[in-house]
Amino acid sequence: MAAETQPPATGATGSGSNHGLRIFLIWLVLALAVDLIYWFVIGPNVPPGTLGSAAQGQRFDINVMTVMCLPVMLMVLVYFGYSLVVWRHRQDDDEDGPPIHGNTRIQATWITVTTVIVLSLFGFGTYELIAPNGAGGGEGPAPIWNPPGARLTVAQQRAPWSPGQVLVVQVIAQQWKFTFRYPQFGGFETPNLVLPEGQWVQFDVTSLDVIHSFWAYQLGVKADANPGVDNVAYTKTQHLGNFTVRCAELCGLWHGAMFDYGKVKSVAQFESWVSATKTQFASVTSILNKCVPYATTYDPTTIKAKCSGPVMNTLGLTSAGGGWGSPLDPAGP
Amino acid sequence: MSLPVRVGTLLVAFLAVVGGAIFVVAHFFLAGPPVITAAVAPGNQVHLVMQEDPQTTVTNRPDWVSYFIQDPTTKKWVHTTLFKVPAGATVHVTIYGYDGCTPPRNPFFGQVTGTVGDVEFIDGKKVSTLNGWYNCSIGHTFSIPGIGLNVPMGSPTTVAENNDLCTVSPCTPMEDGKPVPHATMTFTFKAPTTPGSYLWQCRIPCGGGYITGFGGPMQTIGYMTGDMEVGS
Repeated sequence: MAAETQPPATGATGSGSNHGLRIFLIWLVLALAVDLIYWFVIGPNVPPGTLGSAAQGQRFDINVMTVMCLPVMLMVLVYFGYSLVVWRHRQDDDEDGPPIHGNTRIQATWITVTTVIVLSLFGFGTYELIAPNGAGGGEGPAPIWNPPGARLTVAQQRAPWSPGQVLVVQVIAQQWKFTFRYPQFGGFETPNLVLPEGQWVQFDVTSLDVIHSFWAYQLGVKADANPGVDNVAYTKTQHLGNFTVRCAELCGLWHGAMFDYGKVKSVAQFESWVSATKTQFASVTSILNKCVPYATTYDPTTIKAKCSGPVMNTLGLTSAGGGWGSPLDPAGP
Repeated sequence: MSLPVRVGTLLVAFLAVVGGAIFVVAHFFLAGPPVITAAVAPGNQVHLVMQEDPQTTVTNRPDWVSYFIQDPTTKKWVHTTLFKVPAGATVHVTIYGYDGCTPPRNPFFGQVTGTVGDVEFIDGKKVSTLNGWYNCSIGHTFSIPGIGLNVPMGSPTTVAENNDLCTVSPCTPMEDGKPVPHATMTFTFKAPTTPGSYLWQCRIPCGGGYITGFGGPMQTIGYMTGDMEVGS
């Protein structure tokens, strides 16, 4: 930075030039132009899109951060380019460069500006995490940033849904498939994720085996699926559309194939889909509700007494397979 | 030692190292189970015959459960889980379930989906849903997630049968002069019209001895998971 105010005495541009002002003006014009182009041309196309409120918020955050970062990056590049052009070594110039003693004003300015930027981003990031109810990230089993009407107990989650209320969708991860349970509609389970437009959705994410991660990309939702843990995330659907669901945690041989597609439909279409799906899976739903009633987590080492028959009891079988342990149990595998 | 001898020795040693490397790569890394190509009958119909066994005595993993596929030409059982069918074919599947029961971790996969009529036949009986938790009636599943196919495999349902399973792979209906308990599943599904690879897997945690029951044979192609190659 000191070179900015103490250029070589015999530079090609001649002494007396106000390099600092020149650099500042070049930077100002470029920064304004690049920021405007980014905000109005590139920003509206930045992923993850606007299908969910969380996604919309993430796009806004990315755009704000980028608009703040671009001028900083440009300052470095402009200074670098200016130095190359103006202060480059001349053929007949064998003179040593001037000694550098630092510049208190520039150092203070640099420290102040960078401190303000970092603290501003800290404040902005914190606000953007709290205000949109966790920004689509998993908040654990007891979320503190909830939308109005969030349903945190099993009884609340099983209460019937009507438009305007928070829709509860339990995401059940298992190697290598996500299934989705709708407790407000009799607890049916389905391999397809369908959501109503313009509604708050509460995802209760859990796993039946290893650690997975539920990533509904265009909705802006990403929450780890841990066995024995209910990880809650929120988003509000904004418009009709399709989205991809991927596992974002390496979970075994077919991790790469653990993806699917979901849909946001109109409320009427959603209710129609619910009705058809309940009929399609009616027989298995009755088994589920009898053997594995809706709960926030499931323990495969337990079999409900009313569900297991004589063979199961005699053989002493569970669905724990080769061993299963809750991550909350330090003695588990 | 003369120069030609030294050069020759160096050359032989070099070739030996390269040859060894090629052998290791080819033998251990590129070698895989064979692909069984289904025989096509008129009307683009194919018949796939498989069995699932409680052990794999034909490999160096004798305690692993495994599927086998019958070669349509020789009628011999082949230890593989790779098969090829034509695009859009009507695939008639027969699977002999010799393994015992394991309760499904998620009872949801007790429902038959993706087959013609969303049903299968177990020992000739039409079934759309199995409650594997009640009478321990499910041994494994045959699931192709890419086409929404999920078919629970029936299993011997009595304690005596589950304690008297087949002991030599590939299993046969009779062993040491006495019948071997098993269930026979038949179902039909439509192969996709888009050529490509469609993985399939078992969804029952039957990898005994491995964490969550989904290690070992459950994550090894040739045992409880494989690939359906849909040709053009």
